[in-house]
Amino acid sequence: MEALFNLFISAVFVENLALSFFLGMCTFLAISKQIGAAFGLGVAVVAVQTLTVPVNHLIYYWLLRDGALAWAGLPEVNLNFLGLIVYIGVIAALVQILEMFLDKYVPALYNALGVYMPLITVNCAILGGTLFMVERDYNFAESVTYGIGSGVGWALAITALAGIREKLKYADIPAGLQGLGITFIATGLMSLGFMAFSGIQL
Amino acid sequence: MANETRKLVTAPVADNNPIILQVLGICSALAVTTKMSTALTMCIALTAVLCCSNVLISLIRNHIPGSIRIIIEMTIVASLVILVDQLLKAFAFSLSKELSVFVGLIITNCIVLGRAEAFALKNPPLPSFWDGLGNGLGYSAILLVVGFVRELFGSGSLFGVQILSLAKDGGWYVPNGMLLLPPSAFFLIGLIIWAVRSWKPAQVEKPDFQIQTHRPEVS
Repeated sequence: MEALFNLFISAVFVENLALSFFLGMCTFLAISKQIGAAFGLGVAVVAVQTLTVPVNHLIYYWLLRDGALAWAGLPEVNLNFLGLIVYIGVIAALVQILEMFLDKYVPALYNALGVYMPLITVNCAILGGTLFMVERDYNFAESVTYGIGSGVGWALAITALAGIREKLKYADIPAGLQGLGITFIATGLMSLGFMAFSGIQL
Repeated sequence: MANETRKLVTAPVADNNPIILQVLGICSALAVTTKMSTALTMCIALTAVLCCSNVLISLIRNHIPGSIRIIIEMTIVASLVILVDQLLKAFAFSLSKELSVFVGLIITNCIVLGRAEAFALKNPPLPSFWDGLGNGLGYSAILLVVGFVRELFGSGSLFGVQILSLAKDGGWYVPNGMLLLPPSAFFLIGLIIWAVRSWKPAQVEKPDFQIQTHRPEVS
């Protein structure tokens, strides 16, 4: 249990997907102008990440890994090379299903998050989470924890950046840095701040 | 024709750069630039995938139903990335270990999907190829500049060859460790944007909010 909690903390702060691995940067910079929108997108990422990482873990463990098909009587088959195309397919399908489910049963949430759903399929934070799970060989419990943790970390980072940018529009910025340039530098400073968490172990 | 081709290839390098103006494909640009060797590998991989995917999508553009085009594009890109990934694992295993997940992440690199949507779906194969090449070069230009600064001043070497003699080996240069850490990549790209926009003022964004000043020279 302690190990899982440790993994959660490190996924949120120490190994923050956005600020230390630069994942999901395109959406991170594009949708961080207002706190409301940024928070909505963050919640959607947490939901999708929590679903896709464990599902992809099950697929990897039971179908793709070297020797995974032993239960079907094919112990020498290794489908690892199909990984990338399967994961992106699973992500696209899950996002679509989640969108349909929300539309039918939770319309209020769908109205709030609906516009961000298509953006999430091509958000590298989602695919990145899955690939890190495979590379680091997490077990099922760890992959659930990592999914939630990395999603929360990303949501935290984008909401914080949106807060900064809302204030930043009243600042007197040199013409060439206006917009994208100053956003990069603000993100760099945030990333510097998050580095203070490195080395934290529970 | 020759003129148009040249425009397709050169425009994305400075005037319409995918990273600093279109804000696409930033994720990998920042993560693989601590060393020139990884940055260069990533540039080649991305440019190859981008050219091939643009050509393939352009070849079948008249047969793709609009409603499922994204998933078709994804499948094509994912297959190409699997090819690149397997090639790297076969011939440059240590590099592919260093790039870790970032080769796989070319699939979700917005440049690839963005160019497919914006260009390849509407144009014949040859111009699509040039467009892919141009955007790949624009991406590579930024990556190589950032990689150059980070490796040279962060560890005093280029492509692993020691250029500046380090203080810890009896030389004169004390490396700036900060440049090897994530935040420096953000600062460098921010500064590159500033430099390019000072050189080409047409790219400057309009502020959302005009500050009122009492200084008479600013009005």
